[in-house]
Order: sequence, then C-alpha cells, then structure tokens
Amino acid sequence: MIPPRGWKRWFVALVALHGIIGCAGFFAPYDPAEQDRERPYVPPMRIHMVDTAGHFHFRPFFYAVQLRAGSFDQFEERADQVLPLQFLVSGARYRLLGLVPSRLHFFGASGSRIYLLGSDAYGRDQLSRILLGGQISLLAGLLGAGLTLFLGVLIGAAAGFYGGWRDGLLMRVAELFVALPWLYLLLALRAFLPLSVSPLRAFFLIIVVVGAVGWARPARLVRGVVLSAKERDYVRAARGFGAKNNYLLQRHILPQTASVILTQAAILVPQFVLAEMTLSFLGLGVPEPVASWGSLLASLQQYSVLVSYWWMYMPALAIVPFFLGYLGLASALQEDAGAGKIEKVTSGGRW
Amino acid sequence: MRYFLRRLMQGVFLLIGVSILTFLFSTLAPGNYFDEMRLNPQIAPETVAALRVQYQFDRPLPVRYGRWVNALLHGDMGFSFAYNSPVAPLLWVRARNTLLLTVTAMLIAWALALPLGIWSATTFGRLPDRAISGATAVLLVIPDLVLAIGVLILAVRSGWFPTGGMVSAALEGLTPVQKLRDLAWHMELPVLALVLSALPSLVRHVRAAVAEVLDAPFLRAAASHGIPRTRLLYRYALRAAANPLISLLGFSVGSLLSGSLLVEVVMSWPGLGPLLLEAILARDLFVVIGGVLCSTVFLVTGNFLADVLIYWADPRIRSGAPAR
Repeated sequence: MIPPRGWKRWFVALVALHGIIGCAGFFAPYDPAEQDRERPYVPPMRIHMVDTAGHFHFRPFFYAVQLRAGSFDQFEERADQVLPLQFLVSGARYRLLGLVPSRLHFFGASGSRIYLLGSDAYGRDQLSRILLGGQISLLAGLLGAGLTLFLGVLIGAAAGFYGGWRDGLLMRVAELFVALPWLYLLLALRAFLPLSVSPLRAFFLIIVVVGAVGWARPARLVRGVVLSAKERDYVRAARGFGAKNNYLLQRHILPQTASVILTQAAILVPQFVLAEMTLSFLGLGVPEPVASWGSLLASLQQYSVLVSYWWMYMPALAIVPFFLGYLGLASALQEDAGAGKIEKVTSGGRW
Repeated sequence: MRYFLRRLMQGVFLLIGVSILTFLFSTLAPGNYFDEMRLNPQIAPETVAALRVQYQFDRPLPVRYGRWVNALLHGDMGFSFAYNSPVAPLLWVRARNTLLLTVTAMLIAWALALPLGIWSATTFGRLPDRAISGATAVLLVIPDLVLAIGVLILAVRSGWFPTGGMVSAALEGLTPVQKLRDLAWHMELPVLALVLSALPSLVRHVRAAVAEVLDAPFLRAAASHGIPRTRLLYRYALRAAANPLISLLGFSVGSLLSGSLLVEVVMSWPGLGPLLLEAILARDLFVVIGGVLCSTVFLVTGNFLADVLIYWADPRIRSGAPAR
C-alpha cells in the first residue's frame, strides 16, 4: 500500500520531477540527436577519482574510450586521454522549458564526449535522449489528459445537467468506450489516421487519439457529481431567483466537480504517458530521430540489443518514479476527497 | 430468464455500437479507404473497383453500413491484401492463440489472487497484509510495457525460457504429448507477464471485498458454531463477497486483452496483437476492423459469462431483488 501522506508531498515531488524533465536541455550534456558514428553502443562510462598511476584527483574525471583493436563493439579506456568532469559548461544549443534559448549545460567534458548512461546505435548520448524524450512523453500525457478532461467535463456536465434523452445517449456511448479494451481502441483509431507523418503532427495525433479514447470515464464521474449537485437546495434557490443555466453551471455546479477532476487528472496523466509510450514502442507514435520514452524502448525489439546492451533498458526505469508519484498523488487526493478506500484509485487502473 | 435476456441485449448493444464505431472510423477517416488501396502496388486496380461496387461506395452511409453488417453476418469479413486471403480464417487462428493465452493467464491470476487477497484481508494491517499490499503496490507502479520487457529480459539473460513464438522449429515428428509440453513451455513467459500485470488490482479488489464482509454478523455466528476457518473463509465469506468480484472478472477481460496485445507483440506470440499491428503498418484495414470486432466479441462473451456466474453465486439476483 502507498501511504497517503497528504497530497502536498506527492505534489511537490512530482513538480520536482517534472522540473528536471522540463529543464532537460540543461541537465542533458548533449543534443539528443547529435551522433557519433565512431562510438556506437558505448557502455556507461565510469567516473574515476584515482588515475592509473594511483594519484587521487579532487575533480572526478573520465577516460576517453575507443574501439578495442580488432573488435567492432568492445570499447576500452584510453589512459592517456583524461576528460575532467566540468560543471556549468557551454555546449549544444537548446531552449529551456521550450522557450529560453541557452547553451549552458549542468555538466560536460571537453575533448571527447562522455556517456554517463552509454550511447545508442548511432553514438547518441542515452542520458540526453532519456531526459529530452521525457519531455515528449510527459507533454503528450499532460496535454492528452487535459484534452480528455475537457471533453469529459463537457460531455459529463451536458449529460448530467440536461438529462433526458441526451443523458441516455451520451452515457450509452460512454459505456461503450469504457468497456472496450483500450489498447485495441487506441490502435484502431490510430490505424485509420495517416501513418507516416512529421514528428510534430505525430505528436498531436497521439494526443488527439488518446483524448478521444479516454474521455468516457471522467465524463461518467462528472455526470454523477453534476446530477447530485443540481438538486442541492442552493442551486434550486439560485434557479428560483432566475439564474440562467450557464450561470448555474459555472458558478454552482462545475466547482463541485473540481475534486473529481483533480483526482482523475492524477490517474489519467500516467496512463496517457503510458499510452504514448506504447504507441511509440509499437512504431505508431513519434518517429525517429525525435526521442520519446516509447521510441527509446523500441530498440529493445531487436534481439541483439536486448541481449548485449543492458544500458538500453534505462528508459524503462525513468518512468517508474513518475508513476509512483502520480499513484501516490491520486490516492492521497482520493483520501482527501473522503472517498475513503485507496483501492478505488489504484485499481480502477487501465481506464 | 429476464435477467439473462437483459444482459444479452446489453452485449448485443455493445457489439452494434462497436460495429458502428469502427465503420465510422473506416469511412470518415481522412484519406479514403480505397484511395489508400489504390496506392498499394500489391492490389490490382480491378480489385479496388470490384470492392467499390461490392461495398457500394457511392450509396448513403446507412445503406453502406447495412451492407457491411450483412456481409459480416454471412462470415465475410473482407479480404486481407497483405496475406492474400480472406480475413475470417486468418483471424480465427490468431484469436484462438490469444484466447489460449488470456484464459490461461486469467485462471492463474485469479487462482493466486483469491488466497492472497483473503489472507491479506484476514490479517488486515499486520505483517502478511503489509507485505502483500507492498508487493502489489510495487507491481502497480511498473507499467505493463516495462513489465513485459522486464520478463523478456529475464528470459534472455537466464536462457531458461524460449524468447518468442509459440512452437519450436522442430515441431514435426513430436508426439502429441511432446507438442503439448512444447506449447506449455512457450506459454510460460507471456503468461507470467500477463499474470503479473493483472495480479495487483485483483488482489486489491479481493482484499477490499472480503474485508468488507468479514465483520458481518452472519460470519461471526458461523464461526461461533465451530465451522472451520478455511471453510468459513472460502465458502461463506468468499461467496458473500462474490458479487463485486465477479463483475470485476467481467471487466478484467478488457484490460487483460489490452495487456495481452502488448505481451504478444513483445514476445512475438502469434495472437491478435501482432496481426493487428502488422495490419496497421501495412494499411490492411479489413484485418484491423476484424481484429477490433473480434476483441469486442471476447469482451461481450466474458461479460456475459460473468453475468451467468453472478446469477449462480448471488441469490439476491435470482430472486429479482436489487443487489446493492
């Protein structure tokens, strides 16, 4: 069980995690698309404090790597080429939070490239790709959840507030979407959209597809809240004073749905991040050379990568803290909302 | 009887809804269905023209939908260009494989979840409960995709399991028993991945449902009559807690199918998942529609079976009284 320690702690932890990914350009030492064909599949480089002569260095350093003679994938350290670790160095251009252009990187080394988490088939830095790939995956999750919640509130409020045949129709359709195996639905929707598109369009396609598949559950919950809220005495009173529908909805009814929406957001974001990953993993998402967590994992579909290069698994680990954070936040919010059982959040699971 | 009819109607409505949905997807999607086919060099222009006539592309939407459903009901699910064969037999083989995997995984997952959940509920807040809850929390945080890859890595590194496929290459010349063992050996890994992804939410639900009935007066009375503990828990408590759990069984079919799709692709199990994915990449749209419909049929069947089970397990439903 995840101890519900109040949602604030989880929220702060999540903000910190997203902050790191948001400033990925700063924490990543290199441009994620920059290749070094001389160094494919370099294993994570070791940080040294003591050199081969036995001298201690206060500044950690790396040894440059090169292909071992007569080998095509075995690397060895060159004792003659020392790469001291430097902080706040100037390097590749990037935009902080997607806005502020900058060249400042948290760390780096001059002389040769360093690979803290190894390199991929094209000699691209795995750490940089994980950090910047996270931006794509998380943004897709956040925007997808935003779109879903928008649709969900719109449809749920309309169904609950107006009732009658509209309610019946909308809720039947919602049941349809809730019942279906979501991955099949996701793939079916994706199947009928253009296959090879630019990364940017692919990104928005994913968000639209994911939003279109996921709206039903929040819509049903919002409908429930609206149904009970519109029968409250103060709402009736306001109506008696001649308040119009729009005013009632905005002023009295929709604010009641806030806690449901927040909880749903905490549940939906990680699921949509996962949806993006799944699509990209299957080759239906954001295409190369743009990195996302899913497309990074896609290389594991090659047997040789799976067997030989363990550092290619790293993107899988990057996701776990985010999932933990969102799961904790969701259960804490649920607890706060007085809905009691954590089981409801944590197992309501896969849409 | 009315109960069953009502439930059956719901399933039928679901199927109709899905068929309308997929039909709308396929016709309203940007980039007309048949334009796409015309660009495919594997397909003769005459075939496209014939299909155009067959599906009456110039007629209004409802008519086309009627035609399409009519063809479906006659077992004609269209034609796969990538496989150069009708879709129905193609789907049948794959669906059987998917079913084999998901049903096995579901049985194992429930067989594990029931004792674990009950144990957890009876030791509420104490060590076994905390251990089980902790373990399920850990499993819950690991996404399906990562879990499937993790299990695959385990297989590759240890070399204990085959890393993909459903049968060994040298299948010919084996006795039926050996064939069965070969199949079981290939199933272990995908089933493990599926069970691990389904287990945490099942255990949590069992725990919650059983914990809710454990305080009930009738259980205390039964206990004071000297009914043995195991019998008490598994026969009396579980039966009282069965209603939400069986509904969950119906629901879990959907998530299991989704999970299975992923596992099948990762472990190259020849089920619906890889077929669907290949069909999408090859723009083999009849296969996509067929696959989605097929998964819906599974889902509806699963839900209906769950309804039958509830009817059998819960006397409140048999007597027509509303169950909670």
